[in-house]
Amino acid sequence: MQGGGNTIAYYGYKDGSGDFFIRLDTDKCKECVNKPCVDACPAGLLEIFVNDYDDVVVRVEEKHRRKIKYSCSVCKPVFGDRIIVCQAVCKLKAIAHTW
Amino acid sequence: MPEAREFWRWKEYNWKTPDFDWKDATLITAGVDVGSVSSQAVIMCDGKLYAFSNMRTGSDSPNSALNAMKWALEGTGMTLTDIHCKVGTGYGRINVPFSDRAITEIACHARGANYMFGPTLRTIMDMGGQDCKAIRCDENGKVVSFLMNDKCAAGTGRGMEAFAELLGVSIEEVGELSLQVEEEPPPVSNTCVVFAKTEAAGLLRSGWSREKVLAAYCSAMAHRVASLLNRIGMKEDFAITGGIAKNVGVVSRLEKELGVKALKTNYDMQIAGALGASIFAKDLAEKAIRNK
Repeated sequence: MQGGGNTIAYYGYKDGSGDFFIRLDTDKCKECVNKPCVDACPAGLLEIFVNDYDDVVVRVEEKHRRKIKYSCSVCKPVFGDRIIVCQAVCKLKAIAHTW
Repeated sequence: MPEAREFWRWKEYNWKTPDFDWKDATLITAGVDVGSVSSQAVIMCDGKLYAFSNMRTGSDSPNSALNAMKWALEGTGMTLTDIHCKVGTGYGRINVPFSDRAITEIACHARGANYMFGPTLRTIMDMGGQDCKAIRCDENGKVVSFLMNDKCAAGTGRGMEAFAELLGVSIEEVGELSLQVEEEPPPVSNTCVVFAKTEAAGLLRSGWSREKVLAAYCSAMAHRVASLLNRIGMKEDFAITGGIAKNVGVVSRLEKELGVKALKTNYDMQIAGALGASIFAKDLAEKAIRNK
């Protein structure tokens, strides 16, 4: 299984310009108590919710899912250093971006 | 003037099993899947499929849910109050007025497909009206990975409806017709239905037959959803649900692209979400009984 058997959720979209998904390992995410990524995200993309299997995990807010490429642009400038804050603060390495 | 024909319109229907009477059941549960294009209601008796309906979603989600449920109940003598637990799912799940709980369509599709295709199922491609979902599940139908694309209509049922209308072909004949080509044409644009339609109009003007244009579109659709499946990691057994699962033109091309055969079933592949919701409703009802 992908991710060594862990549960993986992809939030985002695919369109003519490419694949733009945030990949969340929810098995790792549910182990994290404080979920620092939620407050750290400068664009406020992430939220905590209880999923269908009663795990408390993080997801991308619905309103950002179809424009994630643009919402995430704060951490992905065309020029200069790219520091992806949600990934940087996630000690369990549960968050990845596909682009 | 001749009456205009709506080529995109698919057949709405309901079904009830002749095999048993609901009055003999101890636990009756229901699931309602209010999708962006179609709505389904499923009724199960002691975990066995009893009745279902499949109809077009209207502009009002609560009414669509009610209408789908009323049609599933039609001719059974059962009323809503006879159903012990009801779960809503799909795009309009929070607007199902009679549901006891709302569960996402991702979880419900995995559970429903597990019931339809069996415990060996690991990958599901749900090709819905206005989105596609690639889902990986375990032997119990629990989701282990998912990806949903609902940004555009390419690769969805609505896109196929637009093509049926453009070419004047009944939506139910698109798949078969697309296979009536001597040689597989290159696919049209798979990134946008509007661009694909423009391209198709140009191809028709240049002398392509309807069959060839349909083949090019089915091929584009297969290519697009295959890339979503590859993203989550394809693992056999594999099955397709949703309305497009009935389109042999897309299914056969997707199988070819992935190099695997999709599992077949006698169940209606469009009811997977509602069926899964009904199974979740059974779990919830049993849990409530245990906690009493």
